[in-house]
Amino acid sequence: MEKGCSKNVESCPQLLDLIPQEREWHHVKRGDGCSEEKKLELRLGPPGEDNWRDESLLSLGYLSSSMKGNGKQTHEFPCPEDHRPVGSVLSTPWGKNPHQQQTKTCSSFLQFPSTTAPPHSLPVMAKESSQPCCNKAVDLQDSERKAFKPPANTAVPLNTSQKRTAPGPVVGWPPIRSIRKNLASNSSSKQASDSPSVDPPNEKPAAEPNGKGQFVKINMDGVPIGRKVDLKAYDSYEKLSTAVDELFRGLLAAQRDSNMKEGEKAITSVLIGSGEYTLVYEDDEGDSMLVGDVPWHMFVSTVKRLRALKSSELPALGLGSSKQGKMKPWNTLPP
Amino acid sequence: MESSELKRSKDSVNSCESARRSSFPDEVLERVLSLLKSHRDRSSVSLVCKDWYNAERWSRTHVFIGNCYSVSPEIVARRFPRIRSVTLKGKPRFSDFNLVPENWGADIHAWLVVFAAEYPFLEELRLKRMAISDESLEFLAVSFPNFKALSLLSCDGFSTNGLAAIATHCKNLTELDIQENGIDDIGGSWLSCFPESFTTLEVLNFANLTSDINFDALEKLVGRCKSMRVLKLNRSVSLEQLQRLLVNAPQLAELGTGLFSQELTIREYEELESALSNCKNMHTLSGLWDATGIYLPALYLACTHLTFLNLSYAALQSVELAKLLAHCPQLKRLWVLDTVEDKGLEAVGLNCPLLEELRVFPADPFDDEIVHGVTEAGFVAVSFGCPRLHYVLYFCRQMTNAAVATIVQNCPDFTHFRLCIMNPGQPDYLTNEPMDEAFGAVVRTCTKLQRLSVSGLLTDLTFEYIGRYAKNLETLSVAFAGRSDWGMQCVLGGCPKLRKLEIRDCPFGNAALLSGLEKYESMRSLWMSACNVTMNGCRLLAREMPWLNVEVMKEDGSDDSQADKVYVYRSIAGPRRDAPPSVLTL
Repeated sequence: MEKGCSKNVESCPQLLDLIPQEREWHHVKRGDGCSEEKKLELRLGPPGEDNWRDESLLSLGYLSSSMKGNGKQTHEFPCPEDHRPVGSVLSTPWGKNPHQQQTKTCSSFLQFPSTTAPPHSLPVMAKESSQPCCNKAVDLQDSERKAFKPPANTAVPLNTSQKRTAPGPVVGWPPIRSIRKNLASNSSSKQASDSPSVDPPNEKPAAEPNGKGQFVKINMDGVPIGRKVDLKAYDSYEKLSTAVDELFRGLLAAQRDSNMKEGEKAITSVLIGSGEYTLVYEDDEGDSMLVGDVPWHMFVSTVKRLRALKSSELPALGLGSSKQGKMKPWNTLPP
Repeated sequence: MESSELKRSKDSVNSCESARRSSFPDEVLERVLSLLKSHRDRSSVSLVCKDWYNAERWSRTHVFIGNCYSVSPEIVARRFPRIRSVTLKGKPRFSDFNLVPENWGADIHAWLVVFAAEYPFLEELRLKRMAISDESLEFLAVSFPNFKALSLLSCDGFSTNGLAAIATHCKNLTELDIQENGIDDIGGSWLSCFPESFTTLEVLNFANLTSDINFDALEKLVGRCKSMRVLKLNRSVSLEQLQRLLVNAPQLAELGTGLFSQELTIREYEELESALSNCKNMHTLSGLWDATGIYLPALYLACTHLTFLNLSYAALQSVELAKLLAHCPQLKRLWVLDTVEDKGLEAVGLNCPLLEELRVFPADPFDDEIVHGVTEAGFVAVSFGCPRLHYVLYFCRQMTNAAVATIVQNCPDFTHFRLCIMNPGQPDYLTNEPMDEAFGAVVRTCTKLQRLSVSGLLTDLTFEYIGRYAKNLETLSVAFAGRSDWGMQCVLGGCPKLRKLEIRDCPFGNAALLSGLEKYESMRSLWMSACNVTMNGCRLLAREMPWLNVEVMKEDGSDDSQADKVYVYRSIAGPRRDAPPSVLTL
């Protein structure tokens, strides 16, 4: 399946059609019980109003990894040790004036990480070294991903975000008191450091190379729900690429099945292979890297999460160490 | 006892009026009524007739105020002249989750000033979600010579200096209970402020504090307070120190350990084990920070009569929990972290047939990368083994309608069902359907249900069910749910005993808000945030219902017409005057 970077004409419009379809989710009539359920299969929140369409359009462009070029973001990610409430700032745009909301959304998203971010920049999601902050970066990505959906979790970071909290989970959700949050994370990290005599049995296995499996999250532009892949199941970039491809084709198909209109075709073509999407990853330093730049074993030991970005978005990214636009066989072509 | 006396008293009302009160002197009525403890009973009694109203108010010694802004301290003092114990609750519950601005209010000081004048013999003060400063604590400490019990839960605004003031001045203190507060822990030697002559302390809970305490002072204090029955230490107290304390306090009924992890010699371990097992009265155990399998066995002998085990700060694995629970046959209440996973919960079902309450907290609520925690299977397993279960708080990442139906079939006596599927709006993960049928099953089967928290993907159908079946429901918490105003209307129209309704991130708008116009006066409060309510809707509500305070919290940069956060509550004190600029009173 050696295709060049040219897009598969057949799949292109269908993929792009995801956007209007999502818009339609928002138009769903209220109080219309069961018939909506199918449409809402993959949604993680209740439908909102029309103005979400604008939100989701904007947010489509923002699903990406961090921009190293803009410098480290330090101030947006307070660690739980601050004993400050970890919260985001995200609230629902329901009922808000769509026009106003849109402009505010724009500026807020841009301002979010850094006020010096250039107009085309994407919200930064720096991955700091300390674990708790990592979680928050991850969660920002979650919530931005959820920006496709109307509600609650995502919207615009309003003043509270600028004031104190980092991009992260929804404010006040899950409903856990701050005192529990701090203690929970403290205990697992303290076990490693403060009790040298006692074996810490409860360390997070999250991305350990040894042991059971190495699950990393993977998100694809246009798919609200991310998945996890077990890197231990693969030993090369080709295999990973194929697996990711199949994974998301299945998801995209399911998404579209639920909204299938007459005459539309299911996605049959390859996503990554066609160059439509490009695989990038975040390493343990928070940098965005093109998949395939480094030897496989090095990749496996430093990767924290994966993304499949629309290739058309790539030029705007300032990726980690590799220069922009350099497509390697690994990240665009499965064997 | 109380109700039969009430009956006799009620029967004599008629004779009361006809005999011009000569056969039933006020003093007797007061004496009878003084036996009533429940504030709800007392409220009912006070409505019978004017004499009863007066008798009740003179005999009441404890007043419970569920919303500090529903009434003013002056009104309270005017009505109840003989109060010795006050319980006050302030901020809306969602302030625990940072949804309420920091300077929102609920400051205790104005109350203390009135109390100092009207209730100089005040003995007890229990506060929940109030703001209390060090100055207020000091004022409290010096103004009430008989002061005995201070309990602060989820309060903020004070530091350990305030505690020092209490310790210094309250000569008759029996209870100092500091729980889950936003306390500015600057350490210091507040414990040393208890005078050498002070021996009356029965309850000491400082588990909330993070700084080191003066252990020497603590040891001496515990040693001389022979009536101490509740001692909850903070994390800074080591195992070895715990052992030394227990040796002098075997009478403890409730123990909260400090850090449960330390390198001990065999002898030290045995001493600890012995000290713990000597606490024959121990029925409640908590703390246990960082407890691991290595030292948990030291607890085994002490757990024989345990009824409440709080492991929510100990990230135990399933095997460790199972081994521990084998020694806790009398357990009625259990709090754990979800590190115990479904296997751990299976052990709960197997070992704790008397269990009535289960709370499972997430160890890492914000980390989706963790692939474990508990699932529906764990909950189901508990329900099979614990038919008496009536209170559950369950945080999980997946749930099914079928599982919940099974659970309530096994445990139909739920009074509190709080299920939190942590991913907002998540459907039944097997069928991809909404979780409507799950909560439908809950409200249909559990007729005694008083408190319900819903989560997951929910349509208006859930709320139809709630309105139709939840006839005893008093508290409802809703987040990321519903489809239209109809949902909220169903609840407001259907739940006759509803007192507290808190809603966030739901598509309920003005129509829904205004459908509850009359209802809100029978409720304590309504909270709606990130919904579709507008300022105009709130203004209309405020205009129509003069006995309601309608407050809107605006966020900077939001649309002027949107009511971001709305808090509505009944009040006889009128609109409050201490609201910060971000809170608009309509």
